[in-house]
Amino acid sequence: MDNYTIDNFHSFTEWFDHLLNGCMPGWLATTIECLLVGVGLLLVYAVLALFYILYERKICAYFQCRLGPNRVGPWGLLQSMADAVKMLIKELIELKHIDKFLFALAPYLVIIASMLCFAVLPWGNGLQIINFNIGIFFLIACSSIGVLGILLAGWSSNNKFTLIGALRSGAQMVSYELSVGLSILTMVAFAGTMDVVKIVEAQADHWFIFSAHIPAIIAFVIYMIAGTAETNRGPFDLPEAESELTAGYHTEYSGIHFGFFYLAEYLNLFIVSGVATLMFFGGWMPFRVEGWDGFNEIMGYIPSVVWFLMKAFVLSFVIIWFKWTYPRLRIDQLLSLEWKYLLPINLVNLVLMVIIIWQGWYFGNF
Amino acid sequence: MAELQDKISKKFPGATFEESEMLLINIADAQLHDLVKTLRDEHGFNYLVTIVGMDWKTSLGCVYYLADAAMSRFVSVKTQTEDRDNPMLHSIADLYRIAGILEREVYDFYGIVFIGNPDMRRLFLNIDWKGFPLRKDYDMNDVANAPSIENERQSDLTQTWVELPDGKVERREEIVFKPEDFVVNIGPQHPATHGVLRFRTAVDGETIKKIDVYMGYIHRGVEKLCEDLAYMQTLHFMDRLDYFSAHNYHHGLCLCIEKAAGIEVPQRAVVVRTLMDELSRIASHCLFIGTFCMDLGATTMLFYTLRVREQVLDIMEKTCGARMTFNYDCIGGVMADIHPDFVKDVKALLDTLDKNVAEYNKLFTGNVIAKNRLEGVGVLSHEDALSYAITGPSGRASGWACDVRKLVPYGAYDRVQFEQVVRTEGDSMARFKNRVDEILQSKHIIEQLIDNIPEGDYLAKVPKVLKLPVGHWFQVVEGCRGVFGVYIESDGSNKPYRLKLATPSLNAAAVVDHITRGQKIADLITIGGSMDYIVPDMDR
Repeated sequence: MDNYTIDNFHSFTEWFDHLLNGCMPGWLATTIECLLVGVGLLLVYAVLALFYILYERKICAYFQCRLGPNRVGPWGLLQSMADAVKMLIKELIELKHIDKFLFALAPYLVIIASMLCFAVLPWGNGLQIINFNIGIFFLIACSSIGVLGILLAGWSSNNKFTLIGALRSGAQMVSYELSVGLSILTMVAFAGTMDVVKIVEAQADHWFIFSAHIPAIIAFVIYMIAGTAETNRGPFDLPEAESELTAGYHTEYSGIHFGFFYLAEYLNLFIVSGVATLMFFGGWMPFRVEGWDGFNEIMGYIPSVVWFLMKAFVLSFVIIWFKWTYPRLRIDQLLSLEWKYLLPINLVNLVLMVIIIWQGWYFGNF
Repeated sequence: MAELQDKISKKFPGATFEESEMLLINIADAQLHDLVKTLRDEHGFNYLVTIVGMDWKTSLGCVYYLADAAMSRFVSVKTQTEDRDNPMLHSIADLYRIAGILEREVYDFYGIVFIGNPDMRRLFLNIDWKGFPLRKDYDMNDVANAPSIENERQSDLTQTWVELPDGKVERREEIVFKPEDFVVNIGPQHPATHGVLRFRTAVDGETIKKIDVYMGYIHRGVEKLCEDLAYMQTLHFMDRLDYFSAHNYHHGLCLCIEKAAGIEVPQRAVVVRTLMDELSRIASHCLFIGTFCMDLGATTMLFYTLRVREQVLDIMEKTCGARMTFNYDCIGGVMADIHPDFVKDVKALLDTLDKNVAEYNKLFTGNVIAKNRLEGVGVLSHEDALSYAITGPSGRASGWACDVRKLVPYGAYDRVQFEQVVRTEGDSMARFKNRVDEILQSKHIIEQLIDNIPEGDYLAKVPKVLKLPVGHWFQVVEGCRGVFGVYIESDGSNKPYRLKLATPSLNAAAVVDHITRGQKIADLITIGGSMDYIVPDMDR
């Protein structure tokens, strides 16, 4: 493995693994590693959510000529902490005439779906939970579980607004998953692998958005649109369109159950940006130019985790920008956008990509 | 008018005429429908301004105010019935679609049943209300209608009275929603109803099949309250109807009282009132643009428009001392002289308007999603706009040039140049664009007046106890949402015998059912938003 950046987590994790295996039986070492990963994941998850809530509130405040949160802590930094505490101590309101089991299950499904996606995201050089050869496929598969949670939430609440919200969400997510899948497939075809580590390393000298030029840019635009729709964010926030359905599928939820939906929304935003970073902007790979060794070395001094997070946050900024600028689409317009425009363009784009690969009309060599 | 009188008297020998500020035709109930039909079809009176329910102690009845589409002629028709226990009149709901809901209001307050009206439920009061509150013999004691902690009873049935061929009148029950309809209750607590308004919406998937509008959640009985207050005191309620056109409504009631009392208003006050009306219009339309875009999901727009509104409110605050319930216009002029900074502040506001409106258009009007959401959605045809009496920017979006400021000038509107903004598409986009354009027209009006505010008194000498002579008067002004009509009937005392307020929002809410059928749920929010109704304005 080349040292693209100064931090290389491979050596650390291998050293730690050897250390544990050296002083205890194998099963115990694995259990301890799993526990540590689990705790770490939960922590990162919570911190990211807190960060994202503040990030979006600050950005939208500046769009709207406001200051945003500025009372709790310096520059309102502790505002999301306060919100989280409030969310945790709120009452879980018991509803009558609902399917209690499904009602309680739904938020967990949503949050599990987004947590599972974290498993394969490469955060940095050698920093990921599992590395296996169908990483991207696993990610898409996991993210589809989320829609099940939303459908269940809407259905089990026994409320007409939530039902309409859930059905909208079902139609929307099933449709837009096609576009997400196809635009990623386009890039997978280019990369020739579904292994996220290999995808990142293939972009060492040219990020895919540069090396695969036109089809990659088309795929990126489609991915961003579809990804925004996947996360139920504006202008595609129909499932929870507040001016139509009050809060859509999660109208009846309170306390931490509502918090899970809220959390999952922000984390999905991160996952969508993270996957876009991975597929188009080189993942954790620093910005390198072939031949400029000095420049590449300087770039390599910036840790890979920082590269990944920075890219993801910039892309998230774009998605947040959509939300605070555009009005919301209507359900029929939303579906016709997908089925009449994005899907055909995507299919043509896939063919275009195949031609480019076949003819070798791309930059870089792999 | 004399010619009209001749023609009517030939066709309807039973009719008697009174000439006051406009022709009043007295007609027996049996001929009412025919007379109104003649007026509409042969004489072009196709705009029903309002129906005023009346209790003359010996009899109950209605005064209908009709006008032609250009508002060049007004005529009123009066009909009454002596039967106080079982009062019945014939409905004109088949001639003017807005009459359906106006007659429901009269039924609610006076108990007059309209034969042939397809939906004779109470409009504002709840189903179990006892008595008819605007009757003069109504028992005001709250024992009969004690506040209830029970849920309000509601019914999927309505009633209608049908005249059989043999002349007998029969009560029938009709169904509003069938048991198998999937009815979604939108409101009374809902972010997009802009207040406590309730739409019972039957949907088929996302498609709307029928809407039943429930109103009255903030009905305060302003008209009844006014009957016990001196004329000066009645003015205070005008701030609380359409609170965004508080100045305009004040202006309307003041004009009506001044007309009746024969008070000459100083020129300074006339111009200042007009300026305030137009500033209100700018503030109101700004708020409309912001909230409408917010309903459609473009939240950021609200903050851009509120910046301008804030500037207007600051100007108002300096002169009127309030930001919401200004209570500025009063009988004989205005309460206080304008603030020394007024002219400077208004000019500063005008300077920013063009830039801001350009920004609104750039951010929203040209946006492809906005176009898809608005264009062709909730189309209100010209005929329907007239039949439903949809006035103001919404009516002008359907091609009906109905601007009272131009057609029946009052205040200082006869000495300024401005355009009526008329569009013919009749869709939500036209209604939206009309309001954006009207901001610029208001700016144009203010520009012409701001440097020419006459010197002199701002308030005429008005007797402390103001008594109006016996008679009745009607005045229309242009509120921010359409034609606001005031009807005053006086018995010579210092209190109005009857004060009727005809507000545009009631009509705007009544038309929602008609133009949302077959559209999507999301379109209900678009259409409701673009009609721009204000709930306290319809409930009163």
